[in-house]
Amino acid sequence: MSRNCLLCGVGGQGVVLASKLIACAAMEKGLFVRTSETIGMAQRGGSVVSHVRMGEDIFSPMIPKGSADVILAFEPAEAVRSLDYLRRGKEEGIVIVNQKSIQPVTAALGGQEYDGRRMLDFLKENVKRLYLVDGEEICRQAGSHKVLNVALLGVAAAGGALGMGQAEIEDEIKRRVKPQYQEMNLKALKLGAALAAKIK
Amino acid sequence: MAGQLLMGNEAIGLGAIHAGVSLVAGYPGTPSTEILETVAGNNQEGRIHVEWSVNEKAALEVAAGASYAGARTMVTMKQVGLNVASDPLMSLAYIGVKGGMVIVAADDPGPISSQTEQDTRHFAEFSKLPVFDPVSPEEAYEMVGDAFAYSEQYGTPVILRPTTRVCHGCAVVEVRDTKEVSGQREPEGFVRDTGRWVIFPRLSYLNHKKIEERNEELSHVFSSCRYNTFRKGTGRVGVAAGGISHAYVKENISPDVPLLRVGTPHPFPEDLAREFLVGLSEVLVLEELDPVIERALLRTAGKYHLTVTIRGKLTHDTASAGENSVESVREDLRRFAPETLRKEIRDAVQAGRQDGQETPGLPKLPVRPPVLCAGCPHRASFYAVKQAAKGRKAVFCGDIGCYTLGNAAPLDMVDTCLCMGADVTIAQGLHIMERDTVNFAFIGDSTFFASGITGVVNAVYNQTDIILVVLDNSTTAMTGHQPHPGTGRTMMGEVVAKISIEKVLEGIGVSKLVKADPLNLKEAVHAVKEVLDETGVRAVIFTSPCIALAKAVTGYRVNEKACISCKKCIRELGCPAIAACDGKISIEPSLCYGCGVCAEVCGSGAIQEVDHE
Repeated sequence: MSRNCLLCGVGGQGVVLASKLIACAAMEKGLFVRTSETIGMAQRGGSVVSHVRMGEDIFSPMIPKGSADVILAFEPAEAVRSLDYLRRGKEEGIVIVNQKSIQPVTAALGGQEYDGRRMLDFLKENVKRLYLVDGEEICRQAGSHKVLNVALLGVAAAGGALGMGQAEIEDEIKRRVKPQYQEMNLKALKLGAALAAKIK
Repeated sequence: MAGQLLMGNEAIGLGAIHAGVSLVAGYPGTPSTEILETVAGNNQEGRIHVEWSVNEKAALEVAAGASYAGARTMVTMKQVGLNVASDPLMSLAYIGVKGGMVIVAADDPGPISSQTEQDTRHFAEFSKLPVFDPVSPEEAYEMVGDAFAYSEQYGTPVILRPTTRVCHGCAVVEVRDTKEVSGQREPEGFVRDTGRWVIFPRLSYLNHKKIEERNEELSHVFSSCRYNTFRKGTGRVGVAAGGISHAYVKENISPDVPLLRVGTPHPFPEDLAREFLVGLSEVLVLEELDPVIERALLRTAGKYHLTVTIRGKLTHDTASAGENSVESVREDLRRFAPETLRKEIRDAVQAGRQDGQETPGLPKLPVRPPVLCAGCPHRASFYAVKQAAKGRKAVFCGDIGCYTLGNAAPLDMVDTCLCMGADVTIAQGLHIMERDTVNFAFIGDSTFFASGITGVVNAVYNQTDIILVVLDNSTTAMTGHQPHPGTGRTMMGEVVAKISIEKVLEGIGVSKLVKADPLNLKEAVHAVKEVLDETGVRAVIFTSPCIALAKAVTGYRVNEKACISCKKCIRELGCPAIAACDGKISIEPSLCYGCGVCAEVCGSGAIQEVDHE
């Protein structure tokens, strides 16, 4: 048995930390884990993808296309960009997406502005198990725009998409997040988890 | 033993520590940088000498000296760094080492962040050195220890060649207790022996013969090495792979297909390969970069008159460039022989249900290219030079670093980029052929120390007219902010005297030198104008720290009443913090660093300073 989680977003959104938390929580459960992350030049304002694979018989650090159990997207266009990783068919994977779009940094220069609503419409048409998350609202309630990543983890964990619960992510936050940032992260996790309950 | 989630580079760094390494030297370069940083970060009591050397040649030579004294040493670099270190490498291969030496040269198929797709396995063959090619972080950890053991047993440097996906992938690695350092002992010290350490033609001839004999022996030894594996399987169609491609093969391949994995491409494990090839009619080779394993299998088949067809890059059955993936390997195997695929994959392929197919009606996705950060002083420097050189026939030579991004619109200020330090020398060649051109050479501080100085000496000595523009941001920014000789910090945690670029240039004897803060646009433009019409080698040093090193203290906002929406700020600077929405210009407060250059550019005084949030 193995489980594949793909996290995607834009550099600076906290994608890599979120994938670390999942990977470490899985390792604590005694699972074998492989991950692959975007490092270097692409991080600033570029598309960022993290692959987290856990369980048995995993060889490639990157998830084979068509086999992600969950896509945790921090931005609509990035969800669309990574959609061909989603498992299709009988046991179709879940897509959890933060609905706020981020314009590319070059949009102002070359008229590359894009419409986030078109991305969400496309996802609605093409994904059976789609959760839209108002990440901005959760961040506002948690008191920081930096906790979007943990809020999405809350949705995913409580929604049963990670193969582990909210408590296991909570333990990792306590272990790995600096004390001064723990409270707002734990709050964001709870808010995300509550949202998952509502969606279900 | 305890399981830890480690990045491949961390695994290599810890592997070296646990193998008792005494000295680690290197030069930063993606995807290798974190190896040396891991050693420095786990260097208890400063037992290991860790240094960022000025370049890869220096790193390898420092390590060679320590190995002559009997210490275990490791050298780290990216693949193109080995080009810089190739002079000592080729000779050291003949001289050999006493203390074990592992040279880590990280290859970058794709390439993802490199100038070339060169294959270090060729460098191993060329220099006649053994090379290990890990498939995963956990294997890389084990390989480092074994590489040290082979290095000492055979008295030769050993190359470890991970690729990006191994370097930057993470896995659960069973790590030995740090107290059980294996192979660690007090170095014997240097023993004078001119017949051993002084390279003379006669010694080279004698050692050449020994190296060839040793490599023949190693080829046999490696045939039973744990990193070279062979699964007999059934049928007459087989697959061979190396590096990360072996992981991709394992994701796809049916368990009964004959499979050869080569973990030591040089010396090639010929006995094992021969055993694999006997009885097969066709073999597909899956590897990245060059067809190294493919050629070795062809040689083996020819040598033993085996009637087997070897397919791969040379037969155009696999891609000649770029990196492999689970999907590309799946497609290669399908085209080669569908029966080699695992049953469920085969069924899916036959049913026409290809995983990962693009969904129809895909909307156009935004492109997110890497850009200079908001507030980056390089943007201001480029802009100042552009303003000062307006109306002049000028060519702008760039170099390796964040500032290569100065090529993008709207700055468009990098006309050439070749390799480390080449901005200075290419500008000279261009100027010699076109004397009516003003030739600018842009170089970063770390690159200046790595390989820029010799170019400046060359220009001064040979009487060339160029303008050297040093972009000094007090760090090696591109690879993640490593210290260098100009920063006054070392990897041993010492604070030392900063080596002054200004004094170096004065010492070389540039004809005129001016310094300016690039964020003060007027001053910066004036500085460039001051040297524009002079002759000889002139230098402008722009000093302003990388924004990642200092917190923003101020910010800027657009005063909507004053803004006339001319978009000059956007058109001229291309700062990622400035956006236009329905003709309205705004500055994103979370991105703005407060450099203030946009306020200097704005003709209507509409951009104003505010307190940073």
